[in-house]
Amino acid sequence: MATVAATLLFLVLLGFYLSWRATRLDRLHHRVEIARAALDAALLRRAAAVLDLTASGALRPGEARALAEAANRARRAGDDERELAESALSAALREALEHTDTPSGPACAPRLDEVLVAARGVHLARVFHNDAVSDTRRARRSRLVRLLRPAGTAALPHYFEMDDRAPGTALPQGGTTAR
Amino acid sequence: MTAPIRVGIVCPYSWDVPGGVQQHAGDLAEALIAMGHQVSVLAPVGDGDHERPPYLVSAGRPVPVPYNGSVARISFGPRIAARVRRWITEGAFDILHIHEPAAPSVSLLACWAADGPIVATFHTSNPRSRAMAATSTALRAALEKINARVAVSEAARRTLVEHVGGDAVLIPNGVSVRRFAHAEPLPGWPGPGGSIGFLGRLDEPRKGLGVLLAAFARLAPQRPGLRLLVAGPGTADLSEVPERVRERVVLLGRLDDADKIRAYHSTDVFCAPNLGGESFGIVLTEAMSAGAAIVASDIPAFDAVLDGGRAGTLFRVGDPTHLAEQTAALLDDPQRRSRLSRAAHAAVSAYDWDTVAADIAHVYETVLTSTGYDRKGIAGVRLDNGPLSTTLLRRGERS
Repeated sequence: MATVAATLLFLVLLGFYLSWRATRLDRLHHRVEIARAALDAALLRRAAAVLDLTASGALRPGEARALAEAANRARRAGDDERELAESALSAALREALEHTDTPSGPACAPRLDEVLVAARGVHLARVFHNDAVSDTRRARRSRLVRLLRPAGTAALPHYFEMDDRAPGTALPQGGTTAR
Repeated sequence: MTAPIRVGIVCPYSWDVPGGVQQHAGDLAEALIAMGHQVSVLAPVGDGDHERPPYLVSAGRPVPVPYNGSVARISFGPRIAARVRRWITEGAFDILHIHEPAAPSVSLLACWAADGPIVATFHTSNPRSRAMAATSTALRAALEKINARVAVSEAARRTLVEHVGGDAVLIPNGVSVRRFAHAEPLPGWPGPGGSIGFLGRLDEPRKGLGVLLAAFARLAPQRPGLRLLVAGPGTADLSEVPERVRERVVLLGRLDDADKIRAYHSTDVFCAPNLGGESFGIVLTEAMSAGAAIVASDIPAFDAVLDGGRAGTLFRVGDPTHLAEQTAALLDDPQRRSRLSRAAHAAVSAYDWDTVAADIAHVYETVLTSTGYDRKGIAGVRLDNGPLSTTLLRRGERS
């Protein structure tokens, strides 16, 4: 009788524990989803800000064309080439804003600010996304989770690796691609 | 993008005791309010008749607990947990910003109790923080809920990555430069014989007052008018200082905010002799805002804030002889002092709260733009009702 009661108690506790683990996993997957959406929004905002700046006529024509091209390529890139295209846009942006005379003028200042803020936003969103991915991947690695698969068939989330260093920031600061 | 956000800030340490995290939470709250956001700060509040800002909500009375090499005054336990839950329910926040979530305190309680958009700031940079390492597995479930992690320094970020994993963005502490920029020196200071300043807890070894006193004992006999201004709570151990120069160590005790600002303007050289465990050094940036000529220990956090020695002189940490040499050189060179003072004031603008709070608001927006919490009509931060099974049980009870 005592054994039956103990077994029952054990099963109930195990049930609670597993349900707790499943809830945690579910929350982690949700966190990755919203972080990914935030990253997409940040990348789109940056591309739009760059196009706005290139259309303002503040940059030299050749430079503006190259930058606009990089921004459009980043916007249109498919999933498998997106990281490269976005990194290329980061590099092009630094090239345009660091290595030549920085554009100035009252018409340009708010657009330039928006580009810099948007570039910072890409870095923030990417760190938060990759942080969520690494928490989720760690939780999925556990033996119990691999055995009982409370995550169901949800795909293992992937890191988004790109060069997100904003123009005018030093390399070691902000830990761009440190991992 | 700039719609007002309802922010709930959680501060683990007692509000009425001065400290970097409390200062950070208060200044951030004020900067965010100035930007048009709505802010409520939850923190333990002791008895004292200190002035309470309107945004402060008490989480209960604090108890002293040894944590991370110093004594932290925090609140913990089921009654406090109930208060935290009530605060979260009544606040109807869009986002929670929890400071030092790994500390066993209202911060951890808030992390457990809340579900929804959570930002957390990590301040600790102790490489061997036993409390953090020992409990990191137990903490994981709480820390997993955090959507956005912020570290106040590269050292704090490294501590987080090593002990908890994941990653964090770097947003330094802010300093209210304007508040510190101008003030009259305290009466009678700096005085004709020159003076050195120190600000911080006197009885906490890692603040390094002992190193400064040893250096002063070397300097004072050769410089008859030299005085040492020491401000801060606690009792100092002056046994290392020879009796005949002891009277030139002036203990001012704990200063109110206005006098603290005046103290930064009262000395020829300001000294930050911290031994480590300091993630950022708010005292240092305050002194920089006041345009003080600074000599500081070369721990990584200070080296970074002082721009590798360009905005202040660095000495080998824990070495009173080197400190005495560097201080003597500064005392004898008024031109170099004013050069350092200008450099310090210029370097500190990157840490001004206006800049820093805008960056933190950007973090909130990044988390909120895509959470879908508001779009789906599930407003912001809710109470965490635990695993699905217990929720089902509770539903069963109700029907």
